[in-house]
Amino acid sequence: METFNYVKAPNLEKALASANEAKFIAGGTTLVDLMKLHVETPKTLVDINLLPLDKIEKLPDGGLRIGAMVRNSDLAWNDEVKKSYPVLSEALLSGASPQLRNMATTGGNLLQRTRCMYFREPDAGTPGGYGCNKRTPGSGCAAMDGFNRIHAVLGTSDKCIATHPSDMCVAMAALEAVIHVEGPKGKRTIPFADFHKLPGDTPHIENALEPGDLITYVDLPKPVEGAKSTYLKLRDRASYEFALASAAVVARVEGGHIRYIRVALGGVGTKPWRSREAEAALMGKSATATTFKAAAEAALAKAKPHKDNAFKVELAKRCLVRSLKTATVTA
Amino acid sequence: MADSIDTRFRHLRSHTPEHSNHPLAPDQQSVELEPIGLESAHVRVSRRSFLSGIGATGLLASAAPLSTAATVEEPAQEQTEAAGGSTITLRVNGKDYTLKNLDPRATLLDTLRERIHLTGTKKGCDHGQCGACTVHVNGRRVNSCLSFALMHEGDEITTIEGVGQPGNLHAMQAAFVEHDGYQCGYCTSGQIMSAVALLKEPIGPSDDDVKQAMSGNICRCGAYTNILAAVKQVRSRA
Repeated sequence: METFNYVKAPNLEKALASANEAKFIAGGTTLVDLMKLHVETPKTLVDINLLPLDKIEKLPDGGLRIGAMVRNSDLAWNDEVKKSYPVLSEALLSGASPQLRNMATTGGNLLQRTRCMYFREPDAGTPGGYGCNKRTPGSGCAAMDGFNRIHAVLGTSDKCIATHPSDMCVAMAALEAVIHVEGPKGKRTIPFADFHKLPGDTPHIENALEPGDLITYVDLPKPVEGAKSTYLKLRDRASYEFALASAAVVARVEGGHIRYIRVALGGVGTKPWRSREAEAALMGKSATATTFKAAAEAALAKAKPHKDNAFKVELAKRCLVRSLKTATVTA
Repeated sequence: MADSIDTRFRHLRSHTPEHSNHPLAPDQQSVELEPIGLESAHVRVSRRSFLSGIGATGLLASAAPLSTAATVEEPAQEQTEAAGGSTITLRVNGKDYTLKNLDPRATLLDTLRERIHLTGTKKGCDHGQCGACTVHVNGRRVNSCLSFALMHEGDEITTIEGVGQPGNLHAMQAAFVEHDGYQCGYCTSGQIMSAVALLKEPIGPSDDDVKQAMSGNICRCGAYTNILAAVKQVRSRA
């Protein structure tokens, strides 16, 4: 590991003032791991664990404000989240292990980095190492013709096919969360759909944050009246494994017809994958197996499989169909 | 039963008084991790210090650069203001430890083992994937390999040594002994730290709930069935 300067920020102002050229460290579950692998080599670490951003509060408009430092386990087990946003609780509890969930934070999970094994190679992107455009733009992509069973089929480019690994983010995409950021230019909010970036020609740019920006809160809109929500994750093991395909669905059915629907997929996209194509195929239609199948076909219509991951296309379709069934069952 | 527990948990003891003067006592756990080189003939040799010495001279140097550095750079007491390092106090098992010249790269795991000499906490994968390094921070279980020691000033840290001791075992430790919840024992302290923590977590009552809650701790020997039995026993009596 490269050495670094360590700064403990006593408050938000000091954290923002020290942010220049630094990385913030909260839970450390991604950052420390990647520092050991020489993927991350920050010159300065600003520890933000003292910042008072660890609360979950109801907003006056009926929404929920989640502090960036709220740990994954606290968010998953929060009564309001369990009651009004079960898709988020289920997604969080399907991710990582209890120990990691006790450490990982809401803000940090938004910035979780890919598990692409080429990206995680210590010398990737250096001469003699595997090509990785995310590590070093222009160095190529070893995954493209390499072992790419775990890689993405949606949102890929000819520069990068790395999968976004987070479960939490898939639920938040379906819930249309809003991310609050504070930085050198002041405060701003970023809609969830605009936060993560497609790789395109610049896979090293993963999100809308600018240097010195700190995530402060994530707001969830008021729960949709009468809606059910669910998260289904399919993977190689029953627990403690990343998704091969997952689906987050928020749905309201009235008189057998779908009156509200939000769909997001995980494990298959280069970012948390909101599927407006699936939503368009579902909205106003009858909640039947035929409709669900059509929505799944629409969601994966633009999928681009590689050598080892073609199975994900069918797996994601079935995952979505099953989730839609669960979320539209009326009592 | 008591005798058997005492014998089997001998490896958790920090000292074995009956052997303390014997240079090659098999249970020697009074670890000397002050700079160890093969040239230091006067250094007391234990199995652990012997292995550490080999590491420091290069056999394992490429595999574990940080632990090598920690072994070699253990500062003399007077070097309190040496360049780069910080001085912090960590509270572990109710006791304060002041650590001088701490490298910012030192993980909580390496600091517990190499500086405070609490070697019950194990290093497995060093990447948060195996759970061998599980400790409690402020009552919650975490992977100590994924946290820097500098981040834990003011925290209440509990390791396996703080959970129970020979003659005064935690119910979970006793249950692991009773149900044979291990084979080689390397993952055991992490398993027990997770199992103790889950007693206070809002998980469900079923076997599947326990398995999920224990899934962050990998056992290469496959003692899972016995581990589950141990956890179930303690939960049912809690």
